Amino acid sequence: MASKISLLDPAILRPAALDSFRKLSPRLVAKNPVMFVVWIGSVLTTALWVRDVLLRPAFSPPGWFTLTTSLWLWFTVLFANCAEAVAEGRGKAQADTLRRTRSETVARKVRIWPRPEDIPPLANEDMVPASQLKKGDLVVVEAGQIIPGDGEIIQGIASVDESAITGESAPVIRESGGDRSAVTGGTKVLSDRIVVRITANPGESFLDRMISLVEGASRQKTPNEIALHILLVGLTLIFLVACVTLVPLGLYAGVRLSATAIVALLVCLIPTTIGGLLSAIGIAGMDRLLRKNVLAMSGRAVEAAGDVDVLLLDKTGTITLGNRMATEFLPAPGVRIEELADAAQLGSLADETPEGRSIVVLAKERHGLRGRETKGATFIPFTAETRMSGCDLQEPASAGNAQAAAGFSAAAPALATRMVRKGAVDAVAEHVKALRGLMPEEVLQAAGKIGDAGGTPLAVSDGHRVLGLVHLKDVVKGGIAERFTRFRAMGIRTVMVTGDNPRTAAAIAKESGVDDFLAQATPEAKMRLIKDEQAKGKLVAMTGDGTNDAPALAQADVGVAMNTGTQAAKEAGNMVDLDSDPTKLLEIVEVGKQLLMTRGALTTFSIANDVAKYFAILPALFMVAFPELAPLNVMRLSSPYSAILSAVIFNALIIIALIPLSLRGVRYRPLGAAALLRRSLLIYGVGGVIAPFIGIKLIDLCLSAVGMV
Amino acid sequence: MTAAGWMQMIAFAVVVLALTKPLGGYLHRVFEGERQPLPRLLGPIERLLYRLCGVRGRSGSGEPAEQTWSQYAGALLAFSLFSVIGVYVLQRAQTFLHFNPQRFKGVDPALAFNTAVSFTTNTDWQAYSGESVLSYLVQMALGWQNFASAAVGLGVALALARGLTSRPGPAGPRTLGNFWRDLVRALLYVLLPASIVVALFFVSQGVLQNLSAYKELTTIEGLKQVLAMGPVASQEAIKMLGTNGGGFFNANSAHPFENPTPLTNFVQLILIFAIPAALTNTYGRMARSERQGWALFGSMGALFIAGAIACSLAEAQPNPALRGLGIEQSAGNMEGKEARFGTPASALFAVVTTDASCGAVNAMHDSFTPLGGLVPLVNLQLGEVIFGGVGAGLYGMLMMVVLCVFIAGLMVGRTPEYLGKKIEAREMKLAMLYVLVFPITVLGLSAWAAVAPQGVSSLGNTGPHGLSEILYAFTSGAANNGSAFAGLNANTPFWNLGMAASMLVGRFFMIVPVLAIAGSMIGKKVVPPGPGTFPTDNALFATLLVGVVVVVGALTFFPALALGPVVEHFARGRTF
Repeated sequence: MASKISLLDPAILRPAALDSFRKLSPRLVAKNPVMFVVWIGSVLTTALWVRDVLLRPAFSPPGWFTLTTSLWLWFTVLFANCAEAVAEGRGKAQADTLRRTRSETVARKVRIWPRPEDIPPLANEDMVPASQLKKGDLVVVEAGQIIPGDGEIIQGIASVDESAITGESAPVIRESGGDRSAVTGGTKVLSDRIVVRITANPGESFLDRMISLVEGASRQKTPNEIALHILLVGLTLIFLVACVTLVPLGLYAGVRLSATAIVALLVCLIPTTIGGLLSAIGIAGMDRLLRKNVLAMSGRAVEAAGDVDVLLLDKTGTITLGNRMATEFLPAPGVRIEELADAAQLGSLADETPEGRSIVVLAKERHGLRGRETKGATFIPFTAETRMSGCDLQEPASAGNAQAAAGFSAAAPALATRMVRKGAVDAVAEHVKALRGLMPEEVLQAAGKIGDAGGTPLAVSDGHRVLGLVHLKDVVKGGIAERFTRFRAMGIRTVMVTGDNPRTAAAIAKESGVDDFLAQATPEAKMRLIKDEQAKGKLVAMTGDGTNDAPALAQADVGVAMNTGTQAAKEAGNMVDLDSDPTKLLEIVEVGKQLLMTRGALTTFSIANDVAKYFAILPALFMVAFPELAPLNVMRLSSPYSAILSAVIFNALIIIALIPLSLRGVRYRPLGAAALLRRSLLIYGVGGVIAPFIGIKLIDLCLSAVGMV
Repeated sequence: MTAAGWMQMIAFAVVVLALTKPLGGYLHRVFEGERQPLPRLLGPIERLLYRLCGVRGRSGSGEPAEQTWSQYAGALLAFSLFSVIGVYVLQRAQTFLHFNPQRFKGVDPALAFNTAVSFTTNTDWQAYSGESVLSYLVQMALGWQNFASAAVGLGVALALARGLTSRPGPAGPRTLGNFWRDLVRALLYVLLPASIVVALFFVSQGVLQNLSAYKELTTIEGLKQVLAMGPVASQEAIKMLGTNGGGFFNANSAHPFENPTPLTNFVQLILIFAIPAALTNTYGRMARSERQGWALFGSMGALFIAGAIACSLAEAQPNPALRGLGIEQSAGNMEGKEARFGTPASALFAVVTTDASCGAVNAMHDSFTPLGGLVPLVNLQLGEVIFGGVGAGLYGMLMMVVLCVFIAGLMVGRTPEYLGKKIEAREMKLAMLYVLVFPITVLGLSAWAAVAPQGVSSLGNTGPHGLSEILYAFTSGAANNGSAFAGLNANTPFWNLGMAASMLVGRFFMIVPVLAIAGSMIGKKVVPPGPGTFPTDNALFATLLVGVVVVVGALTFFPALALGPVVEHFARGRTF
């Protein structure tokens, strides 16, 4: 899926070349006014050439000039078509990969299903092609079968291979109810049997929508693209006026301008570079996003991603690793740290929770304590009532637990029960108090400090003695702080959303470098936060996976649903991340920005190019009547015809030359707006003024060398 | 160029710079402040004027009601239509009215229409000689138009500025102020008091101010000469301050009774730039950041300096056409210039008057060297945004800002925004409409005139210079400048009507999109600036803005210019 497609892949180029010709149809060209003007120019010059050949009028430029100009004008249109076709071709290649996953499967549609708790009987099934499934249909899928369409599991649990969509080979668990009930068409059930309610009509599934988007079929112009289009059409009209009025102004000055020359001037001046590449840029943007395994539901969403001001990120799984981890042992006064670690490890060996395991890991890493046999130990699990866990060991009585064993010395002379406990500080305090022990004041203070820092203290006791504390804390993902620094450089504020209390949230926020946080977040609070930010004029992006995220995902300007999330979440958002990686937003934002930057850069380049084209064509047009204008021919082009032809050829070739850039996109660097602008202006503005002087001169030299002019 | 010439240019720039902040602050107080200056004296007059004119206020208060963009535009267009009709009727009927000591007949319909349009659009193109056609009453009516049209321009600029800088709440305003209030305040607090003071100063320097009949004198050589009289000083002040430029006499500011001394010349130059420059500061204050205004001032200033230096250097050169004829040319190209000003003050005047849509002249632009004449023409073709007309310069430049921000904004990877407000398809549509109107009018009419017999027959020159005359005329009309290249007999039906069309389109077809943009921007949410937003208050932006102004202007008009002044320049004195 995330396959890399080479820019010059013949499998794409060949159909694209054919497509370029198909797109010469006036109906298709007319959608792009800038290229339509070129198209009309091509038709006109071709007609002029035919007329010249047939009628041989007195005042007309040589036939070879009209013909060559006409051919290059046709090439200009073809090259622009080609750019679009290549972009579409790359999209199609992606779409085909997607489509393969949707290969025609037969669905086992359930006819009637009277009692939901029963497994529907086999006799009650129809075999129908997957493409005929409608919203609300129920289908049965068993191990080894392909899920026929997007839907929601309403009964059963299964492990599903989603590698066809995500490229991730590890199977995932999907079950009815809760936040993991959504399944995607084209994925394969590996075990068990599920009943799925189909949630998309044929042609409306995620894949269908995405396929049509990347193929450019249902591509709608995004708001920014429309605005840019207006600018380009406006510029085209201005140049049309400037060129057309040049004919009577020339007549006054005694210059007869040939229609071919005027058309050539016009085509060179109108922004054909950006005009020809505009749609390719848009299609390529969607395609780039898809290669990052993100399905966008519209181009508008991708564009909005570039404008995002605020990012809401869930704490768990995005900023921190999923669970709390033990990070430190804090012994009570008079207790050696090894003793504390030993007891903590002992009490956690049988504890399979992530927290318990992290204590064992810490004891091993810090104090070299290996796991050992705990024969005869009884594991005491955590309950909400006791808020403690631990184990009871039968050990020979020793000085350490003599007191506890004292009462039983007559009955069991050799063995004593050693009670190791770990748990909430107040619960452990109660526990040792019952054994006539005491919670030292220093330990309580240390516990308070851990709480202040956003961690959770666990007290450890051995019999009636409190040995000390284990510091459990949320572990911030490696590298996340650097990511936030990058966001900040982009001008995006990050907000952490968490159910934790404000104190804990503040501590984690500080450690991870997030700009702000929303503690004790409820779905309503989240929604309010988004609306508040939007009222301030900001664009908000968020990620989510649960059904309770759906309203916020819908409200956010960019809502990225995790593929592992519920159907409701996926419907509400406007993008789906197939990798279910919440930090993917960073890349989504970059793609959005690249899209706008590429358009801006090529527009600037296109307009800047006009300076050189004037210096090539205007002296060529007027020098016969006014030889005095020779100094304007700064490029010292060999002849007027060569000058005009060189400009036209440069104008056509630059489109081809810029196809890779428009497909790849201008590189985005998180530099801050002013620095970015200075860079782009230097490259595309100043470069755009200089490049054509060199290019046109080189083409002129080539034309002279082959003796064409 | 002489040291004195450089000194004059520097002194001029320094005085304009020094005036910008205090005058900008004053304008801000007048139009946007809670309390206007001199509330005891002028406040009652202001309220009385509203009552007399029947301006309906919000219920209870005397304040005029807020207007939406279309209401504002409607009031403005109605007021202008009334002005055109009024001035037209006065001219046609002047023979029956008072203050006509020379007993001038009614003005021809085409000329009267041209003049009425011209003085309503702040253009002041004059196809007549004031001293031989118009009664004092009509002259004074034109004087009133000088006030009114400048005030209209100010109002449009303020409305656009309000649209761009307002910070709406959830149910924010959709209104741009009130046209009548802007008009009355501009007249009462700004134009009128300043004009009175300046007129008195002009009188002290020898400018005429009377209503007497023309005087016949016998000169030293014993010849009879008729000296034209009239209320000149009062019109002279607003002619400059309102960037109108319509002279009382045909010779305009070259006439010794309009502009007698180098000192009046210097003061006239300052008056032209005073309000347009100050408006950049007023705008900055409205945007809550004076730096925003200084960035615009910087772009305008850079373009002015470049033009002034180019024109001055060109005019300091001897005229190549007169080389070898034994004519003393050490003072530069003195043809068509007043000896009391010399080439430096004439070149500076030409640049300032064309930068600022004023159109007053103290030398014949027709007689400038090709390059020296190219500078005023290019200044006009850049759309009168180099300080520009009163109000018109600011709103013209802000439209360029919209274009500039759009292209540049894309390049930083965000939806383009200006002062936190997004520039979207609707604004682009209106901005492109604004940008399109000008070249279509100028090039379309010029092309027509260049091939139509009625157009060409008025030319004083053939060849490229004739084309320069045509281009200059229509550019001057559409840009609402009003200065003439001379050498063109403009008082023919073709030219009178053609010029009137260019002036009307160049004024109102551009004002309406401007007000529409103001209307669409006013309700937009403001995104607070962050490191990702592209700053519009620094040198980089000012440079970029200069680039956009030059590129838009140059790309549009370069082909036409190549056939006119550019050919002439390279021909080095060859005539065609």
